[in-house]
Amino acid sequence: MRIALAATCIADTMFPGAPRATVRLLERLGHEVVFPRGQACCGQMHVNTGYLDEAVPVVRNHVETFAPVADGEWDAVVVPSGSCTGSIRHQQAMVCRRAGLDDLATTAEAVSARTFELSELLVDVLGITDVGAWFGHRVTYHPTCHSLRMLRVGDKPLRLLRAVEGIDLVELPGAESCCGFGGTFALKNADTSAAMLADKTANVRATDAEVLTAGDYSCLMHIGGGLSRQRTGVGTLHLAEILASTREDPTPLPHARTEVAR
Amino acid sequence: MSTFLGLPGLRRRGTGPDGVPAASADEPFGAVPHPQEPLRWGTSFPEAARETLKNEQLRRNLGHATATIRTKRAAVVDEVPDWEALRNTGSAVKEQVMAELPHLLAQLEENVTARGGVVHWARDAAEANRIVTEIAQAKGVDEVVKVKSMATQEIGLNEHLAEEGIAAIETDLAELIVQLADDMPSHILVPAIHRNRAEIRDIFLARMGDVPADLSDVPRELAMAARAHLRRKFLSARVAVSGANFGVADTGTLAVVESEGNGRMCLTLPETLVTVMGIEKLIPTYTDLEVFAQLLPRSSTGERMNPYTSLWTGVTPGDGPQEFHLVLLDNGRTDVLADEVGRSALHCIRCSACLNVCPVYERVGGHAYGSVYPGPIGAILTPQLTAASGGVSGADDVNASLPYASTLCGACYDVCPVKIDIPSILVDLRAREVDADRGRHRVDPWKAAMKAASWVMSDGGRFGLAGRAATLGHGLGGRDGVISKAPPPVSAWTRERDLPAPPDETFRQWWASRERAAERDARPAVGHQDGEGER
Repeated sequence: MRIALAATCIADTMFPGAPRATVRLLERLGHEVVFPRGQACCGQMHVNTGYLDEAVPVVRNHVETFAPVADGEWDAVVVPSGSCTGSIRHQQAMVCRRAGLDDLATTAEAVSARTFELSELLVDVLGITDVGAWFGHRVTYHPTCHSLRMLRVGDKPLRLLRAVEGIDLVELPGAESCCGFGGTFALKNADTSAAMLADKTANVRATDAEVLTAGDYSCLMHIGGGLSRQRTGVGTLHLAEILASTREDPTPLPHARTEVAR
Repeated sequence: MSTFLGLPGLRRRGTGPDGVPAASADEPFGAVPHPQEPLRWGTSFPEAARETLKNEQLRRNLGHATATIRTKRAAVVDEVPDWEALRNTGSAVKEQVMAELPHLLAQLEENVTARGGVVHWARDAAEANRIVTEIAQAKGVDEVVKVKSMATQEIGLNEHLAEEGIAAIETDLAELIVQLADDMPSHILVPAIHRNRAEIRDIFLARMGDVPADLSDVPRELAMAARAHLRRKFLSARVAVSGANFGVADTGTLAVVESEGNGRMCLTLPETLVTVMGIEKLIPTYTDLEVFAQLLPRSSTGERMNPYTSLWTGVTPGDGPQEFHLVLLDNGRTDVLADEVGRSALHCIRCSACLNVCPVYERVGGHAYGSVYPGPIGAILTPQLTAASGGVSGADDVNASLPYASTLCGACYDVCPVKIDIPSILVDLRAREVDADRGRHRVDPWKAAMKAASWVMSDGGRFGLAGRAATLGHGLGGRDGVISKAPPPVSAWTRERDLPAPPDETFRQWWASRERAAERDARPAVGHQDGEGER
């Protein structure tokens, strides 16, 4: 398959490990990955903060950049993020219509119909759960809200993780409860966000995992930021970074602040 | 003697010039003095939440209570094989109601009148309060018993009646606890959810007047004390006031579902019954009750069926109240109905399932929302209802902060028995709040940041440059690679969380250098160009 990568703005600039691992993984599976350079952001931050007018040029850029997928130039668009996929699928066309851009909305829908979150692409489109990965560490998985409730990825990420050789996958208590990130919610309602984060990090610590993984680096930045501040020694890795790991070329454990480093 | 058991950290609201009495020393339990506006009180949500979050007792009470109801609900919903079909039907029926509201209301009025009831129309809270007061005054009573009702909370009926010298006695146990404590409800279904049993015992001892002095905090003993207290009220009351869960247009039947039987007492014993019903509580036909009788109890209390379902149609000679008044309340609802996106908030059947699953509500409690409608449904309903009576005027209105009181995690939408897409409405209301502030000359760092970000994030070249600039900050993280202190507004983040320093190379830079290497090796197989030039 010829697959276009939407790296997401936050991973492109802050967490390049996730899109790099996505490239590594998909190429290992025999697919061709392209990175359309016109891309920047899906517009989710603007939409969810209420700045829908300001979201229009951002959405337009995304839709126009990935429009070739609707004409068959690429077979699919992959996004290593549940919430960005959710925004592409459930918000972009609404933003366009609200601005009176019906044609752009139609293109947005055509693009989103061929756009998949990573676990969706692997399990639903490519039909695989065992990607031939090896990762010899204790891992717990946080199902992010938008992958769970907007995309309904269900247990696809867990099925992918369970097939990883060497992994010690432990269940996260209260997994389906939101971590408190919510984009600009973490700044606008910082106290409430912190209260939610405290419960999430306590649950992560209870698993004794070395690594917390999820399909979204925005939520991982939030939970990871809390785990780091508390010097828990628990690091974070994107699902793609674990699935890309092999015995020959293992993904190293992320650096994690510990009590000792204090 | 009374012990202070209120919420010590909670800011006393609305003191001074706006006419709301300041809390005084003889109100030891009152977390929130009764506000002038039951739909708009106190500070903005983030400020109010900051205070309630400090109350560890509140967080423990709420955490325990919501987890218990969540588990019960999930169990009884899982056993219904056609739950999703029921939700779809409930949603469709409510959509039909909204589409045909004027016709259905006229039908309801006709049928209630034909069966001996009197129908009153109230445009707003003031009209509804006046109608109820005049009925009570005409009966010459100074006391009415009440069935738990959100509509009468919304209009501040009890406070209005008190000003007219009429005592309204709440007979739902939790509502009674709130009333005795001179507090405000913090949950739609379980208004005293913020209290634990020790607090309730102290409230009863201090305020109920006719309780045994050795009252313990065993739930059964507390319930028995309330039962004895209320039984005296039921037997002496001549006027009752209720809300309604459903009003059936094609028969004129009203319905109240409840757990304790206090409602049945109020609806059958007094001579006169006054029911205040929001106009959105209509359902078209009697058979539609079948859908909601399954959806509501499982979603609200987590029961297969609620213990008491009372249905009445006008007046039945010789049986029950011989005078029945129905007050149909608008109070902003027709304005909500006019909004294409927001109107589905009117589908709400007040089950409160969205409160119980909301990770925000669970931590901050109901009072932080500054409205009798808290939680996710409150965050979409309250600002829409008050927009009609004074207008959401952008950031100046404390209710404008409510649509932001959510991470958009979607748990509320999942459990809603009538499938109200709360997250989408929250986003729409945020957009309306932002738009209401457009054109105003105020210094708004959010607006400036969003405009700048829009420019950068709508072009791959500009975004690539911004990313490359950010890599210059790679060294900021020091040895650990993390940033622990930052200036505002990022300080809101770094108070509780570290922030990773930017990487030394963005993904885009890595990709470009990989492509260059591939070109040098003249082997195009590794990473294909997409046809655009090298940046």
